[in-house]
Amino acid sequence: MTLLENFWVLVALKALVIAAVVPLTALVLGYAELKISAHMQSRIGPYFAGGRWGWAQLIADGLKFFQKEDIIPDRADKAVFKMAPALVLMSTVALFVVIPFSPSLRVRDLDLGIFYVLAISSVSTIGVLMAGWSSGNKYSLMGGLRAAGQLIAYELPLVLAVVGAVIQAGTMSLNGIVEAQAAWGIPFVIPQFLGFVIFLIAVLAELTRIPFDMPIAESELVMGYVTEYSGFRFLFFFLAEYANMFAMSAIAATVFLGGYWAPGLSDAQLQYLGPIILVAKVFLLVFLFIWFRWTFPRLREDQLQSFAWKWLVPLSVLNIIATGIFKVVF
Amino acid sequence: MSAYFQDYLTVGVFAALGVMLVMMMLGVAAILRPHHPNPTKLMPYECGVDPVGSGWDQTHVRYYIFGLLFVIFDVEAIFVFPWAIMAEELGTFGLVAIIAFILTLLEGLAYAVKKGVLRWE
Repeated sequence: MTLLENFWVLVALKALVIAAVVPLTALVLGYAELKISAHMQSRIGPYFAGGRWGWAQLIADGLKFFQKEDIIPDRADKAVFKMAPALVLMSTVALFVVIPFSPSLRVRDLDLGIFYVLAISSVSTIGVLMAGWSSGNKYSLMGGLRAAGQLIAYELPLVLAVVGAVIQAGTMSLNGIVEAQAAWGIPFVIPQFLGFVIFLIAVLAELTRIPFDMPIAESELVMGYVTEYSGFRFLFFFLAEYANMFAMSAIAATVFLGGYWAPGLSDAQLQYLGPIILVAKVFLLVFLFIWFRWTFPRLREDQLQSFAWKWLVPLSVLNIIATGIFKVVF
Repeated sequence: MSAYFQDYLTVGVFAALGVMLVMMMLGVAAILRPHHPNPTKLMPYECGVDPVGSGWDQTHVRYYIFGLLFVIFDVEAIFVFPWAIMAEELGTFGLVAIIAFILTLLEGLAYAVKKGVLRWE
């Protein structure tokens, strides 16, 4: 047995890579958001940091956070306050385990795949609720409760929307879902268009991005559940948000857009082109999210709830039944 | 070591990695950052004025109804997944059974909507 076949060596190596990838995705997506937002508003955005185009802006921001005082309010529940960001980042890092980057490049191809994604991503809900509750601040409490209500309301459409794709693929393994799309020759977004749209809306809500950003609505709740966080603990929420955006976009791309697969490429070509194809699809979705941010106004809290319960849940159930009938009868 | 066991270990390692990242970065920051607490700085933020009452004031938790609804449908989702994988093998019987199951739960949601729990006044 060579060294690279040893389970622990392999896992340690992959952990190192993911430990570098998570902050990197946050940096790249954060920069993309700054730049794209700026150009959508006819501004230039970051310009001077790093010489040209302000490419080092977020690195500079990150270094700045290292020097910031770590303020824990004296009314806070200190143990819970400290634990909350760790829990949020934990769920984000664990999400990266199942994303397949090419036919062989992934951390682990779990049989539960997509189900694991949905389960582990909802762990961050607990972290958010802990952050809101433990701060001992009214804005944080309101933000935390709103976030919890929103995350569980949109958890359901998220879960139910992928069932259609699972029925068609006959497996929950993300690699299996990509292979099913490759064997079929068309990505699942075409037969599962309704599921894809519901999934995207639910992902937006899970990421608490505009138009679903009531939990951190600056104009009414300051920063919601992160109001009392400062320095690096604040940065963790920021980091988790962008890394999560990458991970959830990658999942959406894998399940509905064919993941690392593209038509007309052989298996050997996909081995090294796969990661590029996947990242390209991810950026397409991320661009869409940023575009939404500057297009739609924020929803009201009760509109958000009734939209999820009266429209998305029944529609996704309808999608499941239609897909089931199609699969069994034809 | 079986592949099954390795799956769980991998997930465990990566969950631990998330926590370790937090501790490592906070550790590095602890060397560089200043630490000058004072009572005003440690006060909860309430737009600059002194905070009124406690941060854990009574609030109307409207969300508990949604919590209950969520539990019902989350359990439904768990039952739907095994069927989704086996949909073809289970055939018409499985399909009819799952549709009956889903519709029964949807009726519960329709009842909740009719009762007006989703309306805020």
